[in-house]
Amino acid sequence: MRQTKDDILLEINNLKMYYPIRAGFFQRKVGDVKAVDDISLQLKYGETLGLVGESGCGKSSAGKTILRLQNPTEGEIIFQGKDITKVKGNELRQIRREMQMVFQDPYASLNPKMMVGDIISEPIRNYTGQKSKDLKDEVMELLEKVGLTSDTYYKYPHEFSGGQRQRVGIARALALRPKLIIADEPVSALDVSVQSQVLNLLEDLQEEFNLTYLFIAHNLSVVKHVSDRIGVMYLGRIVELTDKNSLYEEPLHPYTQALLSAIPIPDPKKRKERIVLEGDVPSPANPPLGCAFHPRCKHALPECKEVRPLMKEVKPGHQVACHLY
Amino acid sequence: MAGREFFNTETSILNTKNLQAGFFIGGKFYPAIEDINIEIKPGKVVCVVGESGSGKSVTALSIMSLLPKENGSIQEGEILFEGRNLVDLSQDDMNEIRGKDIGMIFQEPMTSLNPVFTIGFQVQEVLLNHLSISKSEARERSIQLLRQVGISRPEEIVDEYPHQLSGGMRQRVMIAMAIANNPKLLIADEPTTALDVTIQAQILELIKEIQKKMNMAVMLITHDLGVVAEMADEIIVMYAGQIVEQSDTYSIFYNPKHPYLKLLLQSIPRLDENRERLDSIKGIVPSLTNIDRTGCRFTDRCPEAKDECRQISPQLAELGGGHKVRCLLYKESYPTEKAVTNR
Repeated sequence: MRQTKDDILLEINNLKMYYPIRAGFFQRKVGDVKAVDDISLQLKYGETLGLVGESGCGKSSAGKTILRLQNPTEGEIIFQGKDITKVKGNELRQIRREMQMVFQDPYASLNPKMMVGDIISEPIRNYTGQKSKDLKDEVMELLEKVGLTSDTYYKYPHEFSGGQRQRVGIARALALRPKLIIADEPVSALDVSVQSQVLNLLEDLQEEFNLTYLFIAHNLSVVKHVSDRIGVMYLGRIVELTDKNSLYEEPLHPYTQALLSAIPIPDPKKRKERIVLEGDVPSPANPPLGCAFHPRCKHALPECKEVRPLMKEVKPGHQVACHLY
Repeated sequence: MAGREFFNTETSILNTKNLQAGFFIGGKFYPAIEDINIEIKPGKVVCVVGESGSGKSVTALSIMSLLPKENGSIQEGEILFEGRNLVDLSQDDMNEIRGKDIGMIFQEPMTSLNPVFTIGFQVQEVLLNHLSISKSEARERSIQLLRQVGISRPEEIVDEYPHQLSGGMRQRVMIAMAIANNPKLLIADEPTTALDVTIQAQILELIKEIQKKMNMAVMLITHDLGVVAEMADEIIVMYAGQIVEQSDTYSIFYNPKHPYLKLLLQSIPRLDENRERLDSIKGIVPSLTNIDRTGCRFTDRCPEAKDECRQISPQLAELGGGHKVRCLLYKESYPTEKAVTNR
């Protein structure tokens, strides 16, 4: 089946991921950390959706839950038209072939005792039972695709720099030719001059393999560069979701506005008056009632304290969860 | 020329001269910074930018004489602070200056505060070490300081422990400690790198506000060119242990000279423009033990490299208007006899 740009690869409906807080002798559950609290989104074939937010907003938890690395508390994950929220065992294994992950820390996510060639061929061996030596050509081709020389096959992770390791991580994710790649902060551990190499590589590979990316990061400049559409998360919720240009040109949610204005721009002529937010992000174990952002919001209305705003489409393709609209 | 130099030492608060410092690794000395000449005047913000391994933190540690004792050492040069050479001072004399005349803020507010002492105790310690005041006066003063750095309910926070505070609050406490004795120079090493952007904005505003109010000189070390553009009066760009370019903020951003800086500015994704594709710098930053010390250190990654870049080590030379660059694309950078004997 050939997919067109309008077909939906991944659909998430009302996804919730709560981590229980246990205390006392019997480890009774005393509360929940609402890491992901009712998010819905759709990913089309070949697009890049960026998820941005500050630390603790639940963006990484969302990524892990979508991959079914943990079981969601509530909600649906529909991948290629199939509800995968409850699948188990071999069926889940087969679905994981189609979705792979690139991790943040290229130092921690590669096994130091394995040769790069074995690291990359491991997913294939896992699914097909082929031997490493039969896969050598394929792996070397993959290495070249991610911009490494084929002799790196015999090297170990410690022999590489951060950027090169991240390339190995990307090659491993590509080995099974997945449809969806979830990239969790793939460039934030890298030096500035190396970041752009990896970002360009991700773009090239997307074109070549027709990949769909869920790109999770805290750096809005990076997310804007790679994404087609962007979702802004705050305290487990998506507060605004739209294409990247409308998000940056016309942010609607007061949090998005503050977040954008907080980013220093590398241009001394554009030193600007910024919206400086008061206070810190509240704890997701005890989020404020109503709109989670209301204690820090300048425009808060009385209803913001009581009623949780729902995502509404206020302009074509521009969704926001805020009582002001 | 000699007259001008003399004039400079008089007005500047900090002046490093041909500073070289580094580490002994396996019995061999590897300089992490070489030929560092930095001058900071009162009330000015000087930003030192560079990637990891460029030597920016080693520069700060050398100035504070906080290099690890086991293997770090300053091999050459002078650090003149208000005319006194810090390199020659004993640890006791240095303790007098540190925390009093020079304040510092580090990257990790979590690891820079002692988890077993209260916030109040740690702020008071800075005051009691340098001033002859009573404990109750110190407590009063520390509450004032916490209020000054924007901590709400400072009367309660003084008795709390670091783990009870968020990252942004801890960094505010660090700033309160750094400015407790009205230092003349504040050295901030990546003060906002561990923080979220909205908190980073708060902290940068705070540093700016305090700097203006106290007419303090600030040396801000960062890898974030956005932060630099917001804060700096003057910028020093470092690469592989050397200063490669130095100028005022506008010239650095609008008239960059060194190919490294030009590429760096092109390779960062920016919020205010749409770029189809980022330029990237090939290769990686060399590590301390495998820097090629003959010729220009950027040669292997440089798109404009010439053959002679491998043999001739360029000098940091002034192109006019205070704009200095270390690159053989500019004839001023060719080593001259004077430059060779300039130590």
